[in-house]
Amino acid sequence: MEGCVLTVGLMAALDTRTDRRPSFAGLLWGSTVGKKTAMAVSGIVMLLYLVVHMLGNLKIFFGAGTFDGYAAWLRTIGEPFLHHEWFLWIARVVLVAAVVTHAVAAYQLSRRDIAARPVKYARPSPGRHPRWRRFAPPLSRRRRASYATRTMRWGGIILGLFIVWHILDLTTLTVNPHAAPGHPYANVVATFSTWYGDVIYIVAMLALGLHVRHGFWSAAQTLGAGSAARDRALKTTAHALALLLTAGFISVPVAVMTGLVS
Amino acid sequence: MKLTLRVWRQKNADADGTMSTYEVDGIAKDMSFLEMLDTLNESLILSGEDPVAFDHDCREGICGACSLVINGEAHGPERTTTCQLHMRAFSDGDTIDIEPWRASAFPVVKDLVVDRGAFDRIIQSGGYITAPTGAAPEAHATAVPKPAADTAFEHAECIGCGACVAACPNGSAMLFTSAKVNHLGVLPQGAPERESRVLDMVERMDAEGFGGCTLTGECATACPKGIPLFSITRMNREFVRAARKRG
Ligand code: HEM
Ligand code: SF4
Ligand code: FES
Repeated sequence: MEGCVLTVGLMAALDTRTDRRPSFAGLLWGSTVGKKTAMAVSGIVMLLYLVVHMLGNLKIFFGAGTFDGYAAWLRTIGEPFLHHEWFLWIARVVLVAAVVTHAVAAYQLSRRDIAARPVKYARPSPGRHPRWRRFAPPLSRRRRASYATRTMRWGGIILGLFIVWHILDLTTLTVNPHAAPGHPYANVVATFSTWYGDVIYIVAMLALGLHVRHGFWSAAQTLGAGSAARDRALKTTAHALALLLTAGFISVPVAVMTGLVS
Repeated sequence: MKLTLRVWRQKNADADGTMSTYEVDGIAKDMSFLEMLDTLNESLILSGEDPVAFDHDCREGICGACSLVINGEAHGPERTTTCQLHMRAFSDGDTIDIEPWRASAFPVVKDLVVDRGAFDRIIQSGGYITAPTGAAPEAHATAVPKPAADTAFEHAECIGCGACVAACPNGSAMLFTSAKVNHLGVLPQGAPERESRVLDMVERMDAEGFGGCTLTGECATACPKGIPLFSITRMNREFVRAARKRG
């Protein structure tokens, strides 16, 4: 009799305890919290790439020989272990994976977020009275979410479109006015000698700065690295990164426009 | 004080609602916001109209029953609960907009009352510890380090009002859920369920139709109990840790 009760008890316990969870990847992709982790990691991968990319671009200030030579060298990285251009292709595959992961997660999460708050308030929040904001903990003192925070989705769409344009312009040379394979310097100068080339590029780089400003700090929170003690350092790094990337990238079209690079 | 109120009126969950305008007079500065609504309801009842339905219970800022988005802000212009908000925060002649919490996971029941059952189900999914029942255990049997006790207490302050969800542009329940995950997760008493708690509560939170977190910080700005935004950071960390161990 007692054994019977024990068995029933055990079965009840097993009933509630043996549900199998999905794999690590399944748990991540299947939840809002985990999907955001995928966004943060893919965002950081792109961010690291962009820092290197921006620094490489600055070689344009050392003349056509240096810049074209640098571009040629990129194709030889890892030789003779890797064949010619293999490193470049590996990097491209990683980047495409990052962009796709990031964009798909952004799309899925955004749809969910919009569905979760279907009705707007009659009057938008005016922000707290300054007198009361003093009593809020440091993080909540902000009146409203910042401009960078509110433009993540639109900024992301601009960046996505820009990535397509940029590849067609300077990688495949499909839309490049000069389109000389193996002569990136001349192609870059040709692009930035058109007004639309400059406008598209500069708008996209401003969007990038805003995206990185909220994105870097945000990724730190998503990956659990943020804390009150570290907040100032993280925010400063986010601002510095955003400024550095935007200024570094924009310096190239500005140099072409002013005739410094031609 | 004389005030113009624009109040969300909705007969039931299925009916369409609208903002209806009412005038109230004779409001004292020392009245609480809910007493001001009581005054409105008295006059509505006297004139044979349906009083405005709103949630309230303790009226001392501890139960989390009161709600209301006042002029676009959850719990109104001060960092407190609606029951602890006083009319001195407003001026004579003001027009005040009063709406229910807006989130698809919090459907409107009637007027300003929403169904916050989703919060209960999130708590049921993991917001507890397993403890033997019977005589109270010896208080010093389990030592709790001071920093852990402080963190637990900070997060235990959540009263489950739902202002965080109402303020969030994504209707996200991350602040609420993280408050409970962290409250119990840092304590030795909560350790046995540390991993399953965060996985189960996040799963339930998603299943209830709350949105995800985009770290806008609006939740922590609205929270009357000062649950910090970093509570969410900490839960993110707990989630990945648990997914690695249990996944
Ligand atoms: C394909 C184009 C892109 C789209 C559609 C996109 C979209 C988004 C969206 C919607 C968010 C979430 C915003 C939020 O939580 O409020 C986000 C976050 C982020 N993005 Fe992008 N983005 C794109 C490109 C990039 C690029 C090129 C970078 C590299 C610098 C980047 C880095 C980040 C980072 C670091 C985050 C933070 C992740 C987090 O919150 O944990 N994104 N992106
Ligand atoms: S976290 Fe704050 S706003 Fe959200 S339910 Fe708890 S007390 Fe209310
Ligand atoms: S009525 Fe209890 S907290 Fe406001």
